[in-house]
Amino acid sequence: MDRVRQQTERLSGLFRDAGAVTVETSVLQSADTLLDLYGEDIRARAYVTSDPVLGEQMLRPDFTVPVVQRHMEEGAEPARYTYQGLVFRKQEAGTGRASEYTQVGYEVFDRADPAGADAEVFALFAKALEGAPLKAATGDIGVLTAAVAGLSTTARRRGALLRHLWRPVRFRALLERFSTPATRTLPQMRADVPKIGLRSAAEVEARLEALRQDTQIAPLDATELRALQAILEVSDVAPKALARLREIADDLPTINPALDQLDARLNALSARGVDVDGLNFSGAYGRTTMEYYDGFVFGFHADAPVPIATGGRYDALTRVLGQGREIPAVGGVIRPELLEALV
Amino acid sequence: MIKLGIPSKGRLMEDTFSWFAKHGVTLARTGSDREYAAEVSGVDGVSLVLLSAGEIPREMAAGRIHLGVTGTDMVREKIPLWLEKIAPLAEMSFGHADLIIAVPNFWVDVETVDDLDAAAAAFRKQHGFRLRIATKYHRLVREYLQQHGVADYQLVDSQGATEGTVANLTAEAVADITSTGATLEANHLRMLSDGPILASQATLFASKTADWSQCDLGRLLAVLGLENPDIG
Repeated sequence: MDRVRQQTERLSGLFRDAGAVTVETSVLQSADTLLDLYGEDIRARAYVTSDPVLGEQMLRPDFTVPVVQRHMEEGAEPARYTYQGLVFRKQEAGTGRASEYTQVGYEVFDRADPAGADAEVFALFAKALEGAPLKAATGDIGVLTAAVAGLSTTARRRGALLRHLWRPVRFRALLERFSTPATRTLPQMRADVPKIGLRSAAEVEARLEALRQDTQIAPLDATELRALQAILEVSDVAPKALARLREIADDLPTINPALDQLDARLNALSARGVDVDGLNFSGAYGRTTMEYYDGFVFGFHADAPVPIATGGRYDALTRVLGQGREIPAVGGVIRPELLEALV
Repeated sequence: MIKLGIPSKGRLMEDTFSWFAKHGVTLARTGSDREYAAEVSGVDGVSLVLLSAGEIPREMAAGRIHLGVTGTDMVREKIPLWLEKIAPLAEMSFGHADLIIAVPNFWVDVETVDDLDAAAAAFRKQHGFRLRIATKYHRLVREYLQQHGVADYQLVDSQGATEGTVANLTAEAVADITSTGATLEANHLRMLSDGPILASQATLFASKTADWSQCDLGRLLAVLGLENPDIG
C-alpha cells in the first residue's frame, strides 16, 4: 500500500513539475450529467446512490468530467491540471477487476498548438512510465470521423454512422444496410389506434418520411467503403501507418486534414524525443472503450487486458460541458496500483 | 433437512403445489390462510419455506435454502453469474412469461430494436432527453440493449402497472413480462418483432452454495423422477 502511495506521489510530482496545478473534485457527481454524456451504459459501470436534496448521484467513475466542468466554469487559459484519487467502477462478476482504484491524471487545455499538446502529454506519460515493461499503442479517432464525414451519401446516413462509431457491431450493420438498395416495405400511419405518449404522430410521420427518402438513396460507394475499411485495418509503426493512410486518402480525400494533424503530431513527438519509428499506430485503436475521445488516443499496455495508462484528445467533451464555450483539450490517467504490480 | 422455497401466494403457489402433487409429493399449507407455514408429505427430510417469489433467487444464491421454485427471469435479473450459484433441476411448464420491449401501437415506424434506436436518436434531438423505457428488469434490459447497440435511451424504474406509464407520459416505451399480450393490447402497446429478451417459465432450481451435508437430495429426486444435478 505504501509503495502505491509513493508511486502516486512520484507521478503527481512529475505532473506538477511539468507545470500542472493540482485540482480536487468531489467523489459524488451529479448522475444527470454523466448519464447525459455516457448514456444508460454508465449505470452498469458506475455506483449510483441517491440523496434527498441533490437527487441521484454517482461515485465518480473518472476525473475528466468534473475537471473539464471546473475548467469551463472558472479556468483561465491555457491551463494544465493534475489530480490524484480514487475512482469507482462496478466490474462484471467473475472478472476480478478492482472496483475502486487510484488514478493520477494530467490534462492540458490549450488552443495554441494541438499537435504540440498531444505530444506533450504522450511524452510526459512515456517518461513517467519509463522502465516499466509496457507497450504504447496509439490511434486517431479524428481520422475515422473525417472518413465517415467524407462518405458521399446523405447527412442523415453519415450522422447515423458517426453516432455509432463507438459500437463496432452496430456500425458494421449500418454500413451493410447502407451498401445495399433498401427493400423495406414502409408501413402506413394507422388512424384506428390511439396516439398515446409523448412521442407525437408528427414525429412518427417524420421518421416514416426519412425512411421513405432513404429508400431513394443510392448505396454507399464501393471505393469509399473499401477505403473506410482499410483505415480500420491499418496497424503499423506510425510513419508507415501514415504513409498507408495517405494512399487510402486517394480514395477518401476528406481525411487529409486529419492526416496533416497526425503528421504534425508525429513531428512534435520526435521533437520531444519520442522514437516514432518504434511507435505503434492502429486505425481502430480506441474505438470501443473511449467514447469521449475524438482525436489522438493512446494507451500503455502490459500483457493484461486492462491498460496501465490511457489518454487522448476530447475537444467535443469541452463543447458539451461548456454550454456554448469550447477549448481543445488532451490528457490522460495512470493507474499506480497496476503500475506498481508490474515493477 | 432440505429447505425448499416456494412462492407464498397466488397462482404460482397453486401451480407449484399441483406440480409436486403430480410428481408424488404433497405440499400443503397449515394453520390459517394467513399463516405462512406449510408441510410436506410423500418424502422425508424436506421442509417448506414460503417466500415472496422475488426473494427466492437471492435466498438460493446465499445458500439459505437448498431448493427453490421461481422464474428464470427472476434468476437472471437478480443473480450475477447465476449458473455458478444455482442449477436448474426441472422446467415446470407453468408461469410462462416473456420479457419483451413494447412501444405504442401507433409507432408504425418502429418494428425492430434497430428502429427503436433510430427513433430514440430523433426523440432525444426533439425533446432534449433520452427516450425513456419503463421496466423493473434493469439488468436484463440494459444488457440486451447494449448488446444490440442501442443508444439514446434511459431506463426508468417501474415496479408495477408498467404498461400504463406511456399513457401517463412517464415513459415512451416499456420492457415487461407478458404471457398473453392482453395487457399490452389493452394499453395500446405492441411488442417489437425481434422476439423476446428472455422466455421464462417457473423452474425448480438447486442452490450450489447451500450446505448439503445433512440432506438426502437423491431420495427426493428419485421420488420426483429427476436427474441428479451437478451442484458441486
